[in-house]
Amino acid sequence: MEHRPHSYGVIAEFGTPEEILAAAKKAREAGYKHVTAYTPFPIEGLAEEIGFKWTAVPLITLIGGLGGGITGFAMQYWMMAISYPLNIGGRPLNSWPAFIPVTFELTILGASTFAVIGMLALNKLPQPHHPVFNVDRFSQASTDKFFLCIREKDPKFNLAETAKFLQTLNPSHVDEVKDE
Amino acid sequence: MSVTQQPPLNSPEIRRLDPVLAPGHTYASVTDKIAAVVLTRPLGIGWLAGFALTFSVVMLLFLCLSWLIIKGVGIWGINIPIGWGFAIVNFVWWIGIGHAGTLISAILYLLNQKWRTSINRFAEAMTLFAVACAGIFPLIHTGRPWMAYYMFPYPSTMGIWPQFRSPLIWDVFAVSTYGTVSLLFWYVGLLPDLATLRDRAKNRMQQVIFGMLSMGWRNSAHHWHRYQSAYLLLAGLATPLVLSVHTVVSFDFSVAIVPGWHTTIFPPYFVAGAIYSGFAMVLTLAIPLRKAYGLEDFITMRHLENMAKVMLATGLIVAYGYFIEFFMAFYSGNKFDVFLAKQRLHGPYSHFYYALILCNILTPQLLWFQKVRRNVPLLFLISLVINTGMWLERFVIVVISLTRDFMPSAWGRYSATFWDYGTFVGTLGLFTMLIFLFVRGLPAIAISEMRELVAHQSHGKGEHQ
Repeated sequence: MEHRPHSYGVIAEFGTPEEILAAAKKAREAGYKHVTAYTPFPIEGLAEEIGFKWTAVPLITLIGGLGGGITGFAMQYWMMAISYPLNIGGRPLNSWPAFIPVTFELTILGASTFAVIGMLALNKLPQPHHPVFNVDRFSQASTDKFFLCIREKDPKFNLAETAKFLQTLNPSHVDEVKDE
Repeated sequence: MSVTQQPPLNSPEIRRLDPVLAPGHTYASVTDKIAAVVLTRPLGIGWLAGFALTFSVVMLLFLCLSWLIIKGVGIWGINIPIGWGFAIVNFVWWIGIGHAGTLISAILYLLNQKWRTSINRFAEAMTLFAVACAGIFPLIHTGRPWMAYYMFPYPSTMGIWPQFRSPLIWDVFAVSTYGTVSLLFWYVGLLPDLATLRDRAKNRMQQVIFGMLSMGWRNSAHHWHRYQSAYLLLAGLATPLVLSVHTVVSFDFSVAIVPGWHTTIFPPYFVAGAIYSGFAMVLTLAIPLRKAYGLEDFITMRHLENMAKVMLATGLIVAYGYFIEFFMAFYSGNKFDVFLAKQRLHGPYSHFYYALILCNILTPQLLWFQKVRRNVPLLFLISLVINTGMWLERFVIVVISLTRDFMPSAWGRYSATFWDYGTFVGTLGLFTMLIFLFVRGLPAIAISEMRELVAHQSHGKGEHQ
């Protein structure tokens, strides 16, 4: 840690969902743009409060679903009508109603895998290490503590000033997040 | 309502206030209690004995499967005209059981039913394990399981493809999609809890294992936002999926012209039956689980009662299905259908049919009574009876129709052999063993969702207090 004392940001610890919502609101009003919150469960409105409104997950899911469905139907059409056509009593080769179940299943399969992989990729997971883990108290974020972190890359960031600002929000602790 | 020893609990006004989570819990207390089962609690004699027993039953499964691979499907009771036998009965039974897990985790989530929270995790695990057991049967029933990859459309040197106009191929896609999506849904749900376990790990090994499994999840609000979006979408996708899976399974029967199978009531009545048996299995698992690990605060009477009500409702749909099967047989006037209906009542397997009526239609009527729904041992017993009944239903469908189809010269009889029973009991052992491993290896209740529930309750948004 001593060789490159670089700061990732400053993190403040709160005890309740209301406190962190209020703190996130104040941080936004104070002009901070790069703010992250860590909470033991999703809190309604918190992501919006820290300036995160739109996620691509639904769009990725739609693409996965359309891709799965189109691939599924095209595959069956090609295999049954073009690659190896079987004439059974003169029935149509493109017997599309019989292709619906597989098309449907592959739509769901495509959409679901894209939803999960898309969510993980956008969250940049797997990511075994992250600077916030350097804060000892941070393990409480998965039990009953709520954290608000102002990032170093924020234009308004200044270690002492930001720490002082966070203190005014009445947190139980304020720590510096060291990046290696 | 009648008066019993616990008048306050039994009066309808109070009962409505039955909590989904016992009062007095905090974020930390729910986390501690659920995580402790995985991280700190020593392996008790009960767990070890149960695991040893179920593990030895899995050895029976391996024995049966090995002998099957050496000798072929001739060791079973199947023969022409009964080509399906136990393998298909067990397949449909197991895959049906899986449906309750998806129903609880997806459909009840979309309907914003808070009471699903403490039972969804192990219901999803139950789904996965049931699908695993189900998957074994069609595989070994092919006779040459090492050729099973023929069922998938891969570019082979033979230049041929699976027949996509066949329900059996639809089934391959439905069941494999169902297995995959259930696994994804389960894993996504587990992700925050795995991170919780990582943060609370007591030794290096736990830290490494849960650290890798949790992928570095750090409870960030950005993560939660995308996570909730993905979870909601998965729930929305799993809902039509779960309905489609048993529909496709019912197509295996109803697309054929065999009397007793060729009916349009099959898809809805199969889906209802699947949910019915699945909830029975959830109760069969939940009642011992809450007792053994002291989770009565989380899996409350409210959950047991609600599940009993779902069983009653789906049981009535199933009863309606049985009735319509009979009605349509006579209404259609098709002599083969009429004959088959009579065979169910008077034929060589009629005792199975009467047992089925007793288990699936008459027994669940007890659930109309609140006293029965709140009587835990009795509820456990009823859930076992319904599980048996649903197995009998599939036996009746497969065996009676196949032994008595169109031509008397083609009729036959069916009786299962030791290997049939051994394989079935073996999968029961595999299922139970996996459940034993699951309850000690992973959080059996969704911890982060329980914390959310605590937050809701402390703000008076919950359904009580």
